[in-house]
Amino acid sequence: MHMTLLKDAHFAFMGHRKAALFFSAALILISLAAMWVRGFNLGLDFTGGTLLEVGYQDAMELGQVRQVLDEAGIGGVTVQHFGTLQDILIRVAPQAGEGEETSAQLSDRMFHALNAAAGGKADLRRVEYVGPQMGEELTEDGGLAVLYSLIGILIYVALRFEYRFAVGAIAALVHDVIITLGVFAVFQVEFDLPVVAAILAVIGYSLNDTIVVFDRIRENFRKARKGDAVSIIDQSINETLSRTLMTSFTTLLVLFALFIFGGSIIHSFALALIVGIFIGTYSSIFVASVLVAMMGINRADLATVKKEGEGTAQA
Amino acid sequence: MNRYPLWKNLLILGVILVGLVYALPNLFPQNPSIEITAARGNTVTEATLGEVKAVLENAGAPFRGVESLEGGKLLVRFDSNGDQLRGQALIEAALSDRYNSALTLSPDLPGWVSALGLQPMFLGLDLRGGIHVLIEVDMEAAVAQALERYAGDIRTRLREEKVRYTTVTFEGGRVLVKFPDAGALAAGEPVIQREFRELILVTSQEGGFQVQASLTPADEQEIKRFALQQNITTLRNRVNALGVAEPIIQRQGERHIVVQLPGAQDPARLKELLGATATLEYRLVDTEHSVQDAVEGRVPVGSKLYYERDGRPVLLLRRVIVTGDQITDASAGFDQRSGQPAVHVSLDAPGARRMLNTTTENVSKPMAVVFIENRTVTKMVDGEPVKRSVRTEEVISVANILEPFGRRFQTTGLDSSEEAHNLALLLRAGALAAPIEIVEERTIGPSLGQDNIDQGFWAVVIGFMLVVIFMTIYYRLFGLIANVALLTNVVLIVAVLSLLQATLTLPGIAGIVLTVGMAVDANVLIFERIREELRNGNTPQASIHAGYERAMATIIDANITTLIAAVVLFSFGTGPIKGFAVTLGIGILSSMLTAIYVSRAIANLIYGGRRVKTLSI
Repeated sequence: MHMTLLKDAHFAFMGHRKAALFFSAALILISLAAMWVRGFNLGLDFTGGTLLEVGYQDAMELGQVRQVLDEAGIGGVTVQHFGTLQDILIRVAPQAGEGEETSAQLSDRMFHALNAAAGGKADLRRVEYVGPQMGEELTEDGGLAVLYSLIGILIYVALRFEYRFAVGAIAALVHDVIITLGVFAVFQVEFDLPVVAAILAVIGYSLNDTIVVFDRIRENFRKARKGDAVSIIDQSINETLSRTLMTSFTTLLVLFALFIFGGSIIHSFALALIVGIFIGTYSSIFVASVLVAMMGINRADLATVKKEGEGTAQA
Repeated sequence: MNRYPLWKNLLILGVILVGLVYALPNLFPQNPSIEITAARGNTVTEATLGEVKAVLENAGAPFRGVESLEGGKLLVRFDSNGDQLRGQALIEAALSDRYNSALTLSPDLPGWVSALGLQPMFLGLDLRGGIHVLIEVDMEAAVAQALERYAGDIRTRLREEKVRYTTVTFEGGRVLVKFPDAGALAAGEPVIQREFRELILVTSQEGGFQVQASLTPADEQEIKRFALQQNITTLRNRVNALGVAEPIIQRQGERHIVVQLPGAQDPARLKELLGATATLEYRLVDTEHSVQDAVEGRVPVGSKLYYERDGRPVLLLRRVIVTGDQITDASAGFDQRSGQPAVHVSLDAPGARRMLNTTTENVSKPMAVVFIENRTVTKMVDGEPVKRSVRTEEVISVANILEPFGRRFQTTGLDSSEEAHNLALLLRAGALAAPIEIVEERTIGPSLGQDNIDQGFWAVVIGFMLVVIFMTIYYRLFGLIANVALLTNVVLIVAVLSLLQATLTLPGIAGIVLTVGMAVDANVLIFERIREELRNGNTPQASIHAGYERAMATIIDANITTLIAAVVLFSFGTGPIKGFAVTLGIGILSSMLTAIYVSRAIANLIYGGRRVKTLSI
């Protein structure tokens, strides 16, 4: 006999729909509140400014670095360790006022001061500079990207299924995006450009999950002669449950590998994906389908669809 | 049942083989190397090869070897980044007067692999180290320059046609011509209309007699497009003069230019050169008026007050003898007599004629060289970004004209030979059509690049192994089939990336990792379906068949939606996001191929066409 996580699952998901919706609503409220109150710990991509990563041969104390920069007359810096104690990350906010020093000169001056203090043993690992106006453009572009992919997906799902499925899917996606963003706001994890990419990937992934469940719901609606919508949806979720969990599990396996071994630069990105996949798995079971049921889908709605997707065999 | 026709098996085998061949070059290590090219007026020969070897050997610096490349280049390979940097310092010290050297990474491919034209994946800057800058072109300034030219031309035409006018100014995106009375307006308007057909004219008599001339939107677009193109050309010239291996200079969007210099190590100098708009102007010194009066505010008409680098005031004639545009060639060197750093300049024919005429008429009078630099800086003022142009005009030398000269001459007065080198480079590369500003910069040191490669590689390997182990335990023989499909998938992604020479970045590696996790999804769908069919009492053969057939629609639906997200990411994204979108997109497509067809082919080979009692699933 083969190994299974769940043998013949018969969970009454729909029976818990009120609790699920309450839970989701609470998470969304917390997320929105955190975004409102705490905001995001935006990375350099969005805030603009200058960032230096300097590698030392031995562990370096933050106070020492601050002192060196202070003596060099560079203020308004944030200094932190990055990955290891030998690695120091220094951020400088966009320069205000009338100083004529360019970012290039500033980063040059910072590194020279630090290198001199370290006896020429410091290693300039990374310099990033983002101009003040770039951040706004990026925020706009990122927002638009999320919006356009949602619209594209809405159209595709509406064409392939039925509008109620599309609404359910999009609601689940918005749910996932808000809660993933919420985690970044609540824990003040750095929000940089790759995180936007991760969120779009989460949209794709979560939808993937949702579609698989929808596909089965449609199939079962067409196949079943009896049973109400709720029990058919329940049955469909149970039938796909093993697959949903398996795929989430393997994806999470590699994401944890990425989080642990992929280096500090990729942390925020991997975290966004990990959170998103947890939420996305939950939402495709408890949000998308529940909403479809609540919008009153029934057999007639799907039976009218004449055109079949290629290869969708009917029993 | 469950047998693929021979052609299908062969096709799948063919795809896998082609994938393996294209992915092959990535197995060979990439050596940190130095590319040596000849500086102006020199060539790379066999002797150079020996010379480079000798320099390194004499200093006892370890290196793997020196080889000649096509196009008059030498490549010196090293074992480590440390050796490479040491090597570059030695080569620079010994040969920099005649040769340019650039850091690069080059794969150590056996002859037959390179003979097939195969190349490994193109590593992004975050993996190999280097400098990335995003440059914004000041389009408003480009348009303003065009209007300024029109204003000048209109003035000239009106003068030639003997039409009286009060002022010709340009402001707010148009040229404003003011006339003293209705008669002048009536005479002037047709002149402008006739001579400048491309301008849109609006005549008004309210608040004075005036004509407003503005550019058509199409012309404005054209000016902007040209400014961007011209700037790209100039930047390319400048970058090429620096001798960076494999530079990337391309436009991004309406007003941005991306410059990527793999392996480059000195961001400060680079940015200085990229952003600079330095040029020279030659003017005669006004010897008839008092400098002191001018300093106190009484600047004579036809002259302009300048300052030398040490702050001394100089009064120069407004009339320019030649400008930087007329310089056809420039090289840095030293003055024969004083030993000061100098720039040797050659002029084009009209410039040379003017210079000769002027110097002939003004022997023993002083002439000045003005160094002009434009920079655009953005500062935050009250939380709003404000753009400001900073123009520096300095007199770098004042010297008496000893004898008439024309085409070729030299200019001294520069602070250092470094400055002479930079100025010569800028003069040679041509001027920028519009001021530029660096709005984004990312410099990745070589040590971080290597760390990123290592970490990315291990993340892929460990993630892959975890999935492989889990799939084998959970689905047994079918798990192994999925693993073969997964491995094929990774090989195909690497092959496609190598074939397209798409840039692999760290987020790109993350995309591969994510694809590895998600690629098994299709197989999970299929296997779960097969199990379900078995539970429903179907025969093993029918279950395999039904499992693959029925899961197909779901797989396609699910993957297309993820693909939509990848396409949106690609079209909106810049740099890091694009890299992720590329590998994610390629991964989705290849995973459909491998999870459906490759795994089916294997399953068919194992179980197809015979009596099967149980499946190992």
